[in-house]
Amino acid sequence: MIEHQPIQYDVLVIGAGGAGLRAAIEARAMGASVGLVCKSLLGKAHTVMAEGGVAAALSNVDDRDNWEVHFADTMRGGQYLNNCRMAELHAKEAPARVRELEAWGAVFDRSPDGRILQRNFGGHAYPRLAHVGDRTGLEMIRTLQDYAVHQEIDVHMECAVIELLTDGERVVGAFAFDRDRGTFKVFRTKAVVLATGGIGKAYRVTSNSWEYTGDGHALAYRAGAALIDMEFVQFHPTGMVWPPSVAGILVTEGVRGEGGVLRNSLGERFMFSDIPPAYRNQTADNEEEGWRYTQGDKDARRPPELLTRDHVARCIMREVKEGRGSPHGGVFLDIAWIKERLPAAAEHIKRKLPSMYHQFKELADIDITEEPMEVGPTTHYVMGGVRVDADSQMTNVPGLFAAGECAAGLHGANRLGGNSLSDLLVFGKRAGEYAARFAQENSAGEIPGDHTALVARTALEPFDRGVDTDSAENPFEIQQDLQKMMQDQVGIVRNEHDMQAAVEGIGRLRERAERAAVGGNREYNPGWHTALDLRNLLTYSEAIARSALARKESRGAHTRLDYPDKDEELGKLSVVIRKNPDGDLEVSWEPIPEIPEGLQRIIDARK
Amino acid sequence: MPTATFRIWRGKAGSGSFQDYDCEISEGMVVLDAVHKIQAEQANDLAVRWNCKAGKCGSCSAEINGSPRLMCMARLSQVPLDKPVTIEPMQTFPLVKDLVCDVSWNFEVKKQLKPFAPRPPDAEDGSWRVLQRDVDRVQEFRKCIECFLCQDVCHVLREHHFHDRFIGPRFLVHAAALEMHPLDSEDRVGQLRETDGIGYCNITKCCTNVCPEHITITDNAIIPLKERVVDEFYDPLRKIFRVFQK
Repeated sequence: MIEHQPIQYDVLVIGAGGAGLRAAIEARAMGASVGLVCKSLLGKAHTVMAEGGVAAALSNVDDRDNWEVHFADTMRGGQYLNNCRMAELHAKEAPARVRELEAWGAVFDRSPDGRILQRNFGGHAYPRLAHVGDRTGLEMIRTLQDYAVHQEIDVHMECAVIELLTDGERVVGAFAFDRDRGTFKVFRTKAVVLATGGIGKAYRVTSNSWEYTGDGHALAYRAGAALIDMEFVQFHPTGMVWPPSVAGILVTEGVRGEGGVLRNSLGERFMFSDIPPAYRNQTADNEEEGWRYTQGDKDARRPPELLTRDHVARCIMREVKEGRGSPHGGVFLDIAWIKERLPAAAEHIKRKLPSMYHQFKELADIDITEEPMEVGPTTHYVMGGVRVDADSQMTNVPGLFAAGECAAGLHGANRLGGNSLSDLLVFGKRAGEYAARFAQENSAGEIPGDHTALVARTALEPFDRGVDTDSAENPFEIQQDLQKMMQDQVGIVRNEHDMQAAVEGIGRLRERAERAAVGGNREYNPGWHTALDLRNLLTYSEAIARSALARKESRGAHTRLDYPDKDEELGKLSVVIRKNPDGDLEVSWEPIPEIPEGLQRIIDARK
Repeated sequence: MPTATFRIWRGKAGSGSFQDYDCEISEGMVVLDAVHKIQAEQANDLAVRWNCKAGKCGSCSAEINGSPRLMCMARLSQVPLDKPVTIEPMQTFPLVKDLVCDVSWNFEVKKQLKPFAPRPPDAEDGSWRVLQRDVDRVQEFRKCIECFLCQDVCHVLREHHFHDRFIGPRFLVHAAALEMHPLDSEDRVGQLRETDGIGYCNITKCCTNVCPEHITITDNAIIPLKERVVDEFYDPLRKIFRVFQK
């Protein structure tokens, strides 16, 4: 049944978005033999969707910027639940990682003096996002991909890992299947880097594709690693809401960075009516000042549209709920208005936001240079994930590393836009480096034959159940039911009753998943793939719901109707999810890493 | 709700056939939505490749009523629905199953091309000084999402199967992005002529017409590269100059 001998590498990287590619490049540069596994074709991972830019304190546009300001912005945005060491490393190393991309061929937009141009974004004090129009992610993934293919890295495209293999203590390999042929592959490796991205496919309205089924979260959990902060799921405030088939597709924050404003059905700039105290000193209190900020006036404060994503999403929900929404249940995002201020505004918009122009024109028949867009929150990103050591990115399972969205710590309770692309680069590199070091210091372990046989048997069960039997379940239906439930009951605004119901609902879906049946054969069979995905989807959905139940307060992206305020004590703790010895999901608390005096001073100076 | 019929290729290259599926349609739907609905409700094992569903990743290339397009950007309101909508895989690449074909050849081609090689940095921090007007041209080429529709429609590959001696429009665009990159110091002109087969392109602009990113492939990428090849190898004055150089 398993056709080949194990494929051997020093380091196996799972996932080929920004973090996985960067990790593979670094591990290879350290001399390790590297395998890179990706569920899609190379270069199609979700990094390609990132629009706005990569945050790095290059201070090319505003020389007041430096790593300390970036660090303080990241901590404030994360409501101080961040791992401060990660936030420090990230702010310090991001500029070098961005310059490195340029050395590998990336072509960023330029400042008038020929340096990398930077733009404004929510929660960043100064223009900080290096960008290429609104297709920065494409530029980044293509640069990394084109560099990586010349580094003798073995790429396994359309291959999905369904289980990590351990010897009881450390990771020794991974079990995978080829999506096109349906055959199994076993990897024997000294270290594994998880770079599998996010979890958005557990929600109905999402900016994420089919790939984002929390594989890294679930693989790590089953291998004994701890997950933290899983209650913090970012709903990006601006996704498309109409027509229904495109609901959830992202509308970049760059629209607001370029001067786009949010209005309700009465035409009001509603964001001015609720500015959180922590941001009051940095936020414009009139429209004129906000406009000047977006046009580069260094003395102006940012418009409230550029407050953090959690806050903007909540304000949009409030407008909709109180009856001031747009016809299709969102609000209006207007960039066309800038023609009152700028000559040749239509051309300016097309040049600065080309893919947004294209996306609305082709999918919604809307010309954004003439009329406003309708937008509403969409599931976008998970701050929580696998707990890692800040410097090495190693989990509590020796030899198992995690980087990028599937790792936790950097973003705390809410991520700032632009900090994801820099996260991928900084911690992708670190994970690759430390995984290669681990591989140098450790020999390969033994593949547990009984475990691989069990995984293979279980994976094929959906074929044996028979699609025509009474008990057979359609895997797509189970997934859709889960998406609806998570959206309605563990969504943007939460309460005890709904989330309890969701936890019970997940239990029932798990029983149904055990009856998921598929027809056809093993060759490129999406029904089978979806049946296999259900296990991971259900595992991390329970982790999200149980973490969200535990946190009885509202903070960052986690909003509870029944506990609307912050709880100072909980602000010092993270929710931890682990598999207990009986195989059940266990919830506990642990203190967040203490902030050293030096870093605390930086935070206090900018409060 | 109104329904439409979708005539979808099912199975392998030799043994497959078209099958009709009726599917309910609603406002704003694209072809990929219909394929997904059919997959979820009627044919769980219907193979289709996709990712972003927003025209940004280039995964869902197919031929819709005979024209190569991204399924995620093909709105049903722009397709006649009074007769079945035909959806078949790209024809230039070997079929895996249903709508999915084996595009791995493209990834092998890229590996053979000379990588980016920057000139020494302009500043001590390892960075360069380049003006926006100098990168505008290259940025057009770098919009490419590698959907391979240009490869699919190119007759040198589609009709003549010259996969072993012609890299196709996608990689001519890639070569142009590198050749015209203001920092690049590599010379690819010899390779373009000898191994990349740029001479096979007879500029019919089929590639430009199907590009979902609206890259002016023929005029802006291929023709300037052809000019470089001509200048280098076929300019009579240069030829004489080369003789004397030897």
